[in-house]
Amino acid sequence: MPDLPPTAAGALRLDTALALIRQAGRPLPTGSPDSAAWLQELIDALCDLSSRDALTGLANRRSFEHAIHRESDRVARSGEPALLLMIDIDHFKRINDHHGHPAGDQVIRAVAQALLATIRPMDTVARIGGEEFAIILPNCPPAFGAAVAERVRQRVEREAIGLPSGQTLGCTISIGGAYAPQWVRSTPSLWSERADLQLYRAKSEGRNRTCLEPTPVSIVSPEERGLLFGTSSFEDPQ
Amino acid sequence: MNTAANTTRAPAAGRRARITAVTSGKGGVGKTFLSANLAAALARQGERVLVLDADLGLANLDVVLNLYPKITLHDVFTGKHSLPEAIVAAPGGFHVLLAGSGMIEYSRLTPEVREQLAHTIRELVPRFDRILLDTGAGISDVVLYTTSLADEVLVVATPEPTSLTDAYATIKVLATTQGRRDLRLIINQVTKSGEGRVIRGQLQQVVDRYVSPTLDVPVKLEFVGEIPADNAVRDAVRRRQLLLECLPGSTAAQAVIAAATRLNT
Repeated sequence: MPDLPPTAAGALRLDTALALIRQAGRPLPTGSPDSAAWLQELIDALCDLSSRDALTGLANRRSFEHAIHRESDRVARSGEPALLLMIDIDHFKRINDHHGHPAGDQVIRAVAQALLATIRPMDTVARIGGEEFAIILPNCPPAFGAAVAERVRQRVEREAIGLPSGQTLGCTISIGGAYAPQWVRSTPSLWSERADLQLYRAKSEGRNRTCLEPTPVSIVSPEERGLLFGTSSFEDPQ
Repeated sequence: MNTAANTTRAPAAGRRARITAVTSGKGGVGKTFLSANLAAALARQGERVLVLDADLGLANLDVVLNLYPKITLHDVFTGKHSLPEAIVAAPGGFHVLLAGSGMIEYSRLTPEVREQLAHTIRELVPRFDRILLDTGAGISDVVLYTTSLADEVLVVATPEPTSLTDAYATIKVLATTQGRRDLRLIINQVTKSGEGRVIRGQLQQVVDRYVSPTLDVPVKLEFVGEIPADNAVRDAVRRRQLLLECLPGSTAAQAVIAAATRLNT
């Protein structure tokens, strides 16, 4: 068996990397600074850092792109429906204009925390733009989608956000959602576009609301199933 | 292997094949079995028929027909052989174009695969009277895409609830995403005579209630036939022969022939 090459940590200039990790308030690698394990920890810390949004600690846009690719592949293989929610803070510019940018940052952090509080561990919450967030919910049956999105919206609406000035502020969000269609392979960009379209609808219908793309056509509802098998418990109005 | 390079007639001016996609939503309902035997029945009626393994290597058309050609669609896609070289004569008097196992890597519908498939079908159209596209199971975008290349769609279902649900989902998707308003239906493995028509009626009822109201023109399901559950079918499949070749007198074979006749109306 060939000798493993010695780690060259000593020859590397790692000051900037270590400073970045320290500044982000994350634990520095432990153990002997010349070992492969130490380097691995350093690399893991850098990867983690590069996948997070600095302001909120949520997944950042890069990490979101990675997650949505992985999820659309998974849906295509498993056929389990996944829901993508696109979220935008309502009238965010007004908050910035009236209360200043530090208040705006505080609102963004508070919304991020509220989003994190409503989801399952398997879900991905990302900040993908200034006041824009996205949530990927794997294995989310269409029957639950609307309730999940509504729970997220209400959680943010209930939040009393403490501003640096000592004031408290409320804010609302608009949510657009779309499913990765079962069976149909779809590209991540098409999926995001469809969710964005629903977000646009939520905004134009007055904000502080959730709009989900109508149930994908390939899904057969219990009513349809009932009529198909002639076991419908639903009264025919005619 | 007898390739069809010299047996298919030269393109006749102005003639083009009618392309029928055979699809089902659910797998294992006899789609490939029906494609092959309908092709044989149509060939008997004097049509030049080609069955294309539009499941890109997963259709088991090779298994059903016991054919393992050296040259397949995969070689055409990779430029190793010309299209006529990959067209193979099948036992029932029709031709097949098999995908080859290398095609599994094409299960992702890239723009290149789309273009290659569309090009292949364009080249086939003047050489045949009828092309049956044996599509994959499910409603993947390869299935939707190959179906979109067809003039008409033949949906195969069995009386099983899972098959009916998937057939209905397929009909719904094709109506809403491809603008299909006339779909043809064949019910396989029926246990009672007349069951097929009843099932068509049930499917039509749900379509009328839940699909057509969202569309400009209502969707019509045309009953093409029912194939009885018949031990002859199992025997033929086990022998890896066409039902129409090995047990042509069976009730299932007669039902396939009747369905083929109705396909031409």
